[in-house]
Amino acid sequence: MTAAGSVNASASVSAAAATPGLARRALSVFTRDKPALTGAVVLVALMAFCFLGPLIRPTDQTHTDLSRANLPPGSPGHPLGTTDLGYDMLGRLMTGGQTSLEVGLAAGLLATLIGTVYGAVAGYFGGWLDAAMMRITDAVLAIPALFLLVVVATIVTPSKAVLILIIASVAWLSPARLLRGEALALRGRDYVHAMRLMGGGGARAVFRHIVPNAIGTVIVNATFQIADAILYVAYLSFLGLSIPPPAADWGSMLSTGITYTQVGYWWLIFPPGIAVVLVVAAFTFIGDGLRDAFDARLQRLGRNG
Amino acid sequence: MIRFLAQRTAQAAVVLLLVSVIVFVLLHQLPGGPARAILGPRATPQAVEHFDHQQGYDLSLPLQYVHYLGRLLTGDLGESYKLNQTVTALLADRLPKTLVLTGLSIALAAVLAVPLGVLQAVRRGGIADHLLTGVAFLAYATPVFFLGLVLILVFSQRLQLFPAEAPQADTVGGILSAPSALVLPVVTLALGIVAAFSRYTRSAVLDNLSEDYVRTARAKGQSNARIMARHVLRNALIPLAGLLGLYLPTLFSGALVVESMFNYPGMGLLFWNAAQGSDFPVLLGVTLLVGVATVLGSLLTDIAYAALDPRIRSVS
Repeated sequence: MTAAGSVNASASVSAAAATPGLARRALSVFTRDKPALTGAVVLVALMAFCFLGPLIRPTDQTHTDLSRANLPPGSPGHPLGTTDLGYDMLGRLMTGGQTSLEVGLAAGLLATLIGTVYGAVAGYFGGWLDAAMMRITDAVLAIPALFLLVVVATIVTPSKAVLILIIASVAWLSPARLLRGEALALRGRDYVHAMRLMGGGGARAVFRHIVPNAIGTVIVNATFQIADAILYVAYLSFLGLSIPPPAADWGSMLSTGITYTQVGYWWLIFPPGIAVVLVVAAFTFIGDGLRDAFDARLQRLGRNG
Repeated sequence: MIRFLAQRTAQAAVVLLLVSVIVFVLLHQLPGGPARAILGPRATPQAVEHFDHQQGYDLSLPLQYVHYLGRLLTGDLGESYKLNQTVTALLADRLPKTLVLTGLSIALAAVLAVPLGVLQAVRRGGIADHLLTGVAFLAYATPVFFLGLVLILVFSQRLQLFPAEAPQADTVGGILSAPSALVLPVVTLALGIVAAFSRYTRSAVLDNLSEDYVRTARAKGQSNARIMARHVLRNALIPLAGLLGLYLPTLFSGALVVESMFNYPGMGLLFWNAAQGSDFPVLLGVTLLVGVATVLGSLLTDIAYAALDPRIRSVS
């Protein structure tokens, strides 16, 4: 099973624990909502392409071969041509995609996790703690994410793990705001009062009542977070601030493509570009479908914000 | 209204202060401290000590922050490590050029987005609406730089209509005097925001079309075109103007990418070059400036909304 499946599966498991029926609603999205189904199919196909593809069609993506550089698509043995350093384009699209997808998924989920806890705590406890916590999110949100990412990526040399941390540290803000709103609404519910009367503490309220009851919002937001994180990876790599070569991802592949636009090497640009658009659109369609299913009252927050 | 103004401004001031703290903290996260970043890895400990003392880096952190804040208030952002100029002078030189780029892009985006949004609203549920919704979704998912690369390939390399490099001039006037070189950067940045603006126009027009005054105007026999121009658009477009304040971060990020792609001599390129050369005073100066601009942008938007719509004041 691919990672797309496991995301849905893990989401469904936690959802099922909170409210039975939510999991079924989430799955039924893909039978009713055509764009969401298309998104899921595209996503599974891309995952299979990136992670299973290299097993079926292994290529050398670490040793350069300048004698075979910049071959156009359709060259013998290289259906999508080769890059400026002689890497097979089709193979590089697969291994590069692994980086984009792994970092994007991990950063998106980590950001959701941090943001969910942060927002739930701020909203549940309220008062000055909430005010202080929310001013901090306002301040980090005020600095456009891309600028913050570039500064941090200049200070530390990114590896895959560092990149995940950097992106998550910038992207947790929108789930935090959403969850705070949900927590503000949920903390006045009778079952929360009842739990407090029975001596339950704040941690129990946040993790057993607030977060599970807002799980729809969390799941929907996670899909958007992953889409954004994949874009952030691409932006950072395009600006030359990602994992150093010979590792590649779709963004850094596009950034090498820019050098060759004037000689018209279009095959360096379209494959990774289209791949990014497809995967981000797929996550967005899935998120939109899930949002309709959960009736989560959330709007997509501005990207790059 | 005064109470709302005071509250909202105080809130913005706190956020601004926190933004300065974030930038200050980043400055102190530099590998080996600022001295190593400037003097290089081979500097002697004595040189580092001398530098730290000279720049006040040997004081306690809170005291350093107070000094930093004091310098900020006098407009002193430090000096570039590489360009032998103060950061303030660099920003004063580059910011107007970025404003030209973003201003032209916003204008182009509005010219494209408003008719598209109106078309979608009027033909709601029709083929055009579905088609444009699909295109908008794809546009959301398209990174600005991919769009720019495709435009360069088609219009610069294949058709040879426009150059792929932005105008290289020292003054704003010089940039404006080379309009054909401006086309690709402006179009790239504009297309990045058209989708959001047209989605907004569509829903704002739809909201207004169901209002009573539209029914009244229809009952009085006014033509659809007149209703759209006189009533609906007027009400829908005021908030669209306010949306600009909230889109500042997106615009700045877009400018960063577009400027570094097309070598446009604005603030984004300055920032990108500073990142390549680890020129931290410039990096942090630009970061601070865009942060402040974003806070002020959303403050002005809120005030404008409150001035136009009294209901907002009481809610907050």
